[in-house]
Order: sequence, then C-alpha cells, then structure tokens
Amino acid sequence: MSAHHERVEADIGTLLRVGVSVAASVAAIGGLMYLARHGTETASYGVFRGEPQDLRSIAGVLRDVFAGRGRGVIQLGLLLLIATPIARVALTLVAFARIGDRRYVVITTVVLALLLVSLLGVPS
Amino acid sequence: MTGSGAFGAGLIGALTGLGGGIVIVPLLTIACGVDIRYAVGASLISVIATSSGAAAAYVREGFSNIRIGMLLETATTAGALAGAGVAAFVSTGAIATVFGLVLLYSAYLTLRPHDVVASDAPPDRLATWLGLAAAYPTPDGPRAYAARRVAAGYGLMFIAGILSGLLGIGSGAVKVLAMDRVMALPFKVSTTTSNFMIGVTAAASAGVYLHRGYIDPGLALPVMLGVLAGALAGARVLTHARTHALRLVFVGVVVLLSLEMLYRGVTGRM
Repeated sequence: MSAHHERVEADIGTLLRVGVSVAASVAAIGGLMYLARHGTETASYGVFRGEPQDLRSIAGVLRDVFAGRGRGVIQLGLLLLIATPIARVALTLVAFARIGDRRYVVITTVVLALLLVSLLGVPS
Repeated sequence: MTGSGAFGAGLIGALTGLGGGIVIVPLLTIACGVDIRYAVGASLISVIATSSGAAAAYVREGFSNIRIGMLLETATTAGALAGAGVAAFVSTGAIATVFGLVLLYSAYLTLRPHDVVASDAPPDRLATWLGLAAAYPTPDGPRAYAARRVAAGYGLMFIAGILSGLLGIGSGAVKVLAMDRVMALPFKVSTTTSNFMIGVTAAASAGVYLHRGYIDPGLALPVMLGVLAGALAGARVLTHARTHALRLVFVGVVVLLSLEMLYRGVTGRM
C-alpha cells in the first residue's frame, strides 16, 4: 500500500510537470507565430469586448490551430494547462479504483464531473 | 510590459507566500489599465501554472495529503463554479471591492505569527470514517496526525472556492486557514495540500471563463510566462536571502494595492 502510494505520488508529480511544460511550450510557440505576423500592433485591454466565438470553445480553438492562427495555438496551450489538473484528478481516480477505495472513487468522480462540466461547457 | 509586470507579481506572490494570482489582478487593472474581467481570466491561468508546477515538487516530499485534498476539492470546485457563475452578474466595482477586502485580509494573515495548533487529540468520527488520518515526514521519523472539525473546514473550503471563481485567485490563504486552524492539520501539510488543490479549483472556474470569452490569449500568455518566471525567481531568493525585511516591504505593497482596489471599487471607477 505504501509503495503503491509513493508510486502514485511520483506519477502525479511527473504528470503535473510534463503538463505545465508542454502547455507553456505550445502557448509560447503560438505567441511567436502571432508576433511574427502581427509584430508591433499594440492590443488594448482597457475596454472589455469579450473574445470572438472561435476562442471560446475547444472545437473553435482546434479549427484556429489547423488554420495556422497564432492566437488559436496560444489558446490550445492554455486549454492544455487547464486540462493538466483535470488529468491529475483522473489519474487519482484510477489509483483509488485500483486499491478498491470505493468512498474515494465516488468523491474523486464528483470532482472530475464538476471539472468536465466546466471545461466542456453546459449546453445552453 | 505585461510580462515584466507579471514577473513582479510572481516574485511578490512567492516572497509573501500569497501566490501570484492575488497580486496579478490589482497590478493589471491599476498599473496597466486592463479591464478586471480580462485580468481575472489571465490570473486564473497563471494560478493553474504556478500551483501545478509547485505541487509537482511538493507531492514527492510526502507532505500533501491526497485524500484530504480530494475530499475538500469537492467543496472548492463546486464553490468555484458558483463563483464563476455569479461573476457574470455582479458589477466590476463590486468585484473590485470584494477583491480589496480579501487582499487586505490575506496580507494580515501572512503577517500574523503562526502558532502551532496541531495536537494529538483524537480525530472526529467523520474524519475517521473518511480515512483522513495519515503521517508526515519529520526529522525524527513519520509523525501521525488526523483531521478534526471536518464539516466546518469543508464549509470554509466552499467559500474559498467561491472567492477563487469570483476573483480569479488561488484562495491559498483561506484554504490554509481552513486546514491549519479549523481542521488542526500540521502547517506543512496544510500549505502543501492547499497548493495541490489550488490548480484544480482554478481549473474549475477557468473553463467557465474561457467559454464566456474572458480569457484572452494575447494577455494570458505573457502573464502566465511572467508569473511562472517570477515564482521560480522568488523561490530561489527564498532559499538564499534573509527574507524577513523583504517580506515586510512586499506585504506593504500588497496593502497599498488592496486599498487602491477598495477605493476604485467603492467609487465605481473600476
């Protein structure tokens, strides 16, 4: 049990580190793509307009990525970053299921469900 | 410009122990004139990045308690969804006012001397049923501990989640308060488990903010990279320098920022 516990903690540590690194790299590449095309344009964030529809959903972001848009690639990096703690919860769920801890399988499933509702969006 | 501001926020966050998120929103809104909704979105992203990066290191040391963290995450994620939902309907002035108050209180919490409350009293029944007893490493070998007042701690965690979703912060100070003071967990266990939970809590509201169009890639990217770099630099400074004076200076900065947020929030200039 203890050895298993330690292995799970090591796996979680690795997952978090890799997730953050990959997400930050993807976002940085998108930033370079954006700078290469738009360079010195200065953006203004003083007035709130909200993002265009394509940057508000997973499907829209993927379309932007395949169209080679820098902002879409940055947003993909940010989505990967948001997905990192969610993947951590999923990994913990597997670990609790493996040791047969039913109470914590239920608790972890609740957390995972709440996170997925947020990430995938509630159909309105 | 935004990146260097974010670097400063990450540095201040690490040195005061408040986390980068709570400094980034006032910095972006007051110093850079960014609308608070964009600032909150960018801040949430930076909170996920720093807490996941730090948690990767802590979880290996064996201090953070995954069971306690997961149980309390049901409260913080539900609270975060509620807070992010509410954020769409309240005025930016109201958000700034609440932000100023929370920032002020957090600064107070970091300055207050920390007294040891962890005791050897038996855990309550709920804690036993939920398997919340564990041990953490000390120089003299593993030391057992157990959670108490689980229901009260759980309620406070829900509030921490609401604040996180409403203000785009990690709510680390409130989380530590719930675990360390209310549930009487060892301080090191509280801080590392709190850090572990922050990423999940922030991810719960970040999704909502993304769908609402509050997360701008052009702003969130430099903020995320800047806060990450600042947090890393801050962690390095912490291990090398005498930090007490430095800490006082930065807590002073945080107090000034919170007063400015309060002023702007109340006068409706936010």
